[in-house]
Amino acid sequence: MRIGKDLVAAAATPVVLGILADGESYGYAILQRISDLSDGELAWSDGMLYPLLHRLERLGHVESEWRQSPAGRPRKHYRLSAQGATTLAEQRRQWSVIGGVLDQVWPGGPDDRHPRIALGAG
Amino acid sequence: MAPDLTPGVDELIASWRDWMQRRDALSTSDIVELEGHLRDRIDALATAGLTEDEAFLIAVKRLGTIDELSREYAAEHSGRLWKQLVLADETGIEGATDVPSGGLPLMRRANGLAVALLLGVGAGIAVKAADLLTGDPELVFRNIAVLVLPFLAAWFAWRRRPPLATIVGVAASFAVVALALNLYPFDGGSSTVTVASQNSATAVLATIGSIAALWLVTGIVDAGGEWRSDRARMDFVRFSGEWLVYYVLIALVGGALSGLTVAVFGSIGVDVLPFIGEWVLPCGAAGAVLVAAWLVGAKQRVIENIAPVLTKVFTPLFTIMMLALIVAAVVQWNLADGSRDLLIAFDLVLVVAVALLVYSISARDPELAPGWFDRLQVLMLAAALVVDVVVLVAMVARTGEFGWSANKTASLGLNLILLANLAWAWWLQVGFVRRRVPFGTVERWQTSYLPVYLGWASIIVLAFPPLFGFA
Repeated sequence: MRIGKDLVAAAATPVVLGILADGESYGYAILQRISDLSDGELAWSDGMLYPLLHRLERLGHVESEWRQSPAGRPRKHYRLSAQGATTLAEQRRQWSVIGGVLDQVWPGGPDDRHPRIALGAG
Repeated sequence: MAPDLTPGVDELIASWRDWMQRRDALSTSDIVELEGHLRDRIDALATAGLTEDEAFLIAVKRLGTIDELSREYAAEHSGRLWKQLVLADETGIEGATDVPSGGLPLMRRANGLAVALLLGVGAGIAVKAADLLTGDPELVFRNIAVLVLPFLAAWFAWRRRPPLATIVGVAASFAVVALALNLYPFDGGSSTVTVASQNSATAVLATIGSIAALWLVTGIVDAGGEWRSDRARMDFVRFSGEWLVYYVLIALVGGALSGLTVAVFGSIGVDVLPFIGEWVLPCGAAGAVLVAAWLVGAKQRVIENIAPVLTKVFTPLFTIMMLALIVAAVVQWNLADGSRDLLIAFDLVLVVAVALLVYSISARDPELAPGWFDRLQVLMLAAALVVDVVVLVAMVARTGEFGWSANKTASLGLNLILLANLAWAWWLQVGFVRRRVPFGTVERWQTSYLPVYLGWASIIVLAFPPLFGFA
């Protein structure tokens, strides 16, 4: 099962911010982490992550820094800013409201896995 | 991880990078970031057992299509679609410096603003110093090319590093023109200090000729001494067109700003008009020559040339104007009864026609087959030729009435030179449209004609004043 485009777009920001809340990371590793967490179901074209990261940076939610990868290649690392942490907390509240509503609207859903949107809290 | 990729993958990635660089929405550092991602993905896939080619294909596919990707980047960085002037360059450099220097394909940006500004200040000081030393605005005006263009030549010399012989030759030309302009006893001796008196006609002609001649000579420095090369000549023609556009823009804004300054200071009772007129205007006009030249160099790769765009817009209008003129002349049948300025007016018409032709050639893709625009140019050239021949025949026939003054001879000579150029250009253009003449021939005709202008301008500067008794 693939998650719909709109839902992916909506979830992308909290998911990325959530992953960065665990510590700074870079594009490829963030995508790997998302893929691992969602068993490959929450996925989009690799390249699309970068414009998103740039937008978050412009909004001040993340900060970036160029480092060297172990292979000696330049690699841009992203880190959650204080403002980003606030935003993440706010988004988390909003998503849990939605998650709570959905849980009640669909009692005992098709399976008893966690709602996928809870990924954002990761 | 397998860090050492075979050259094959490096080549694939290099060509992928080339593709990405063509997208305006992606900056160099974006591409570096994406390339890092691509290589991480390739490494991971290769470790999983894929060959590196396969890994590359999959990694590129997973990045998403270039169109989609560049759309996403454009949505985030919409400003990049508007190629920015000066400021974008600086952020570009900053954006580049925060990338560690790991053999990055950073585009080398044309720089040297500091040098250009310094030379611009030098040109301004030269004009002002000459003004203060001689106290003769007429003399300063006559020497304007000699005062300002050496700084432009110096700028080119700094950028192109031409061989010493070129520099010496160009300097010698400047010296000859300077000597001619200042040693010729124009209008009964140059010691007349009467301000705002009219220059002698030959002096005015020599001034105009010196600007044209020294501009072309400066082009030799720009060509790095390779003035025989068609490419170098065409590049200088392109430079001249862009330079003119930027210069006019700077002049417009500078004029508006000066006017505003005068008005604002006037409102608090301070009259800055003399200061603006005596200092800002001459220094600014001279300095802007260098700033415009720097802009052309710095923007060469960033912004599409403007002169060819103007050409595309105005060629149809100019053609209509010419055709209307022919109709009007036939109806009125008095084209030849016009004033004595008619010849000068038609010189300008031909200059415009040549400029329209040259700048459309300068931007044309040589590979392209002849299209409607090339046919339109045939029509434009034909119309201009017809009109000019009518005028010329009428004027030459009436030479007896007007006599051969310096002005008339100079404009007649220019007219004939331009007419010869356009006549042959028209013939070549007809051949090109009928696919008998390759585009290279059309282009080469214009570049090989440049020395003719230089020759005529030199004659006007050096030979006309003695021939016409410095009148």
